[in-house]
Amino acid sequence: MDKAIYIAMSGGQNIMAAQAVRANNLANANTTGFQADFAQARSMSVLYGDGLSTRAYAMTERPGTNFNRGALNETGRALDLAVDGDGWIAVQAADGSEAFTRAGALKLDPTGQLLTANNLPVLGNGGPIALPPADNVTLGTDGTITIQPEGQPADVLQAVDRIKLVKPDYADLEKGLDGLVRRRDGAEQQPDASIRVQSGFLETSNVNTVDELTNIMALARQFEVNVKMMKVAEENSSAAAQLLRN
Amino acid sequence: MNQSLWISKTGLSAQDTRLATISNNLANAATVGYKRDNVVFEDLLYQIRRQPGAQSSQNTQLPSGLQVGTGVRVIGTQKEFSDGSFQVTENPLDLAIVGRGFFEILLPDGSTAYTRNGQFQINADGQVVNARGLELQPAITIPDNAQSISVSTDGIIEASIAGQTAPQTLGTITIANFVNPTGLQAIGSNLFAETAASGAPTTGNPGNQGLGRLEQGTLENANVDVVEELVGMITTQRTYEMNSKVISTADQMLQYVSQNL
Repeated sequence: MDKAIYIAMSGGQNIMAAQAVRANNLANANTTGFQADFAQARSMSVLYGDGLSTRAYAMTERPGTNFNRGALNETGRALDLAVDGDGWIAVQAADGSEAFTRAGALKLDPTGQLLTANNLPVLGNGGPIALPPADNVTLGTDGTITIQPEGQPADVLQAVDRIKLVKPDYADLEKGLDGLVRRRDGAEQQPDASIRVQSGFLETSNVNTVDELTNIMALARQFEVNVKMMKVAEENSSAAAQLLRN
Repeated sequence: MNQSLWISKTGLSAQDTRLATISNNLANAATVGYKRDNVVFEDLLYQIRRQPGAQSSQNTQLPSGLQVGTGVRVIGTQKEFSDGSFQVTENPLDLAIVGRGFFEILLPDGSTAYTRNGQFQINADGQVVNARGLELQPAITIPDNAQSISVSTDGIIEASIAGQTAPQTLGTITIANFVNPTGLQAIGSNLFAETAASGAPTTGNPGNQGLGRLEQGTLENANVDVVEELVGMITTQRTYEMNSKVISTADQMLQYVSQNL
């Protein structure tokens, strides 16, 4: 049988993988601060010795993540923040390393620690931020946290810490297995004082649903072409068998 | 099987949960003291199908691998404890907390629950109870011969009695506050229960130590923003449609395979 059937099969498999990436983007079309992944296919030629090089396998890759900004969604909650421009909020990932996120739905735990919605500590000037008991928490445009300490009048305000906002070069960034973005070299990023945040807003997912859906349709059609090739290979093979039988 | 099917399924169930939350918010848009829920989504784990940086041949490396996300999940709902708007009712036992704090309610099992709903009434024994008949803590009994009741902004409740010139002080309504009210567990009937996440309550007189003031003859409306909920409903519905389209596309692909091969 012609080996073309294996080439077509690898094409079909990789299209399914690319579709999984797109489906994940669409599943997260409403996830705050989510960044869409790209999928691309690359040809991997198979050359064994002499002969016509007609064999090239397809290989799907996730070459990177779309770091475009999502839209801003007003929530009015004091502890929601959206980062302007190319900035990121630094958080401590579950393994203790520094990671970056754009999902700024923050909350306080009973001990006063500032956490993201998925319970990761938010980093400040010197490690995770912990706030004293407060009646009111305000986030400034540069990430400064001002509190009105519990039981104090409104004119007693206290600046306690500053959220670590960073602006790494996009070329250094990579999305990890937990969905958080990190530096490729694992190093800590220096804070950048030029980043501005908006309190009371959240950044929506940057998934372009029309684009993703169109890609899924296109991939489905490509998949059908590959299946058709498998069918043709099968027909060729059975025609040859038929000829030889007579 | 095609992995997209399972990934899109997580998308559908997450949007389902969001729609349920939105409809609950809308259903309670006129409930006194109701606090709206927000659904928080998180992307699931990523799987490495091919490691970036692996050798593609002896001398070359793959510049990027294949990491596929596995969908979305709801990590929780978040109660939003912003103040609702206030409505004046002129009913003497309608109380609103302007600022932080919760009324304490004694549950039948002896534990305490917390509420922002200040629609109180008097039961047959003269005790101040909520609409479900649960007693307000600390317990306050209104005498039979009380002509009018007044509640000060710092919680002192007084009754004027027929034949007496000076009003009689009946007690003080204290209110409780939490470090992290978002961590309270909603137990229905407008009540919240203390959890490890909320921290222990600190009780005090209204208007002191950062607690809110009491306003008599006023009720706090739900803090549901109807327009925001409806916009959320639109995005939820469209995302749901997109995800179901992916499922039907993946299904057609598999159908095509089984028909043609």
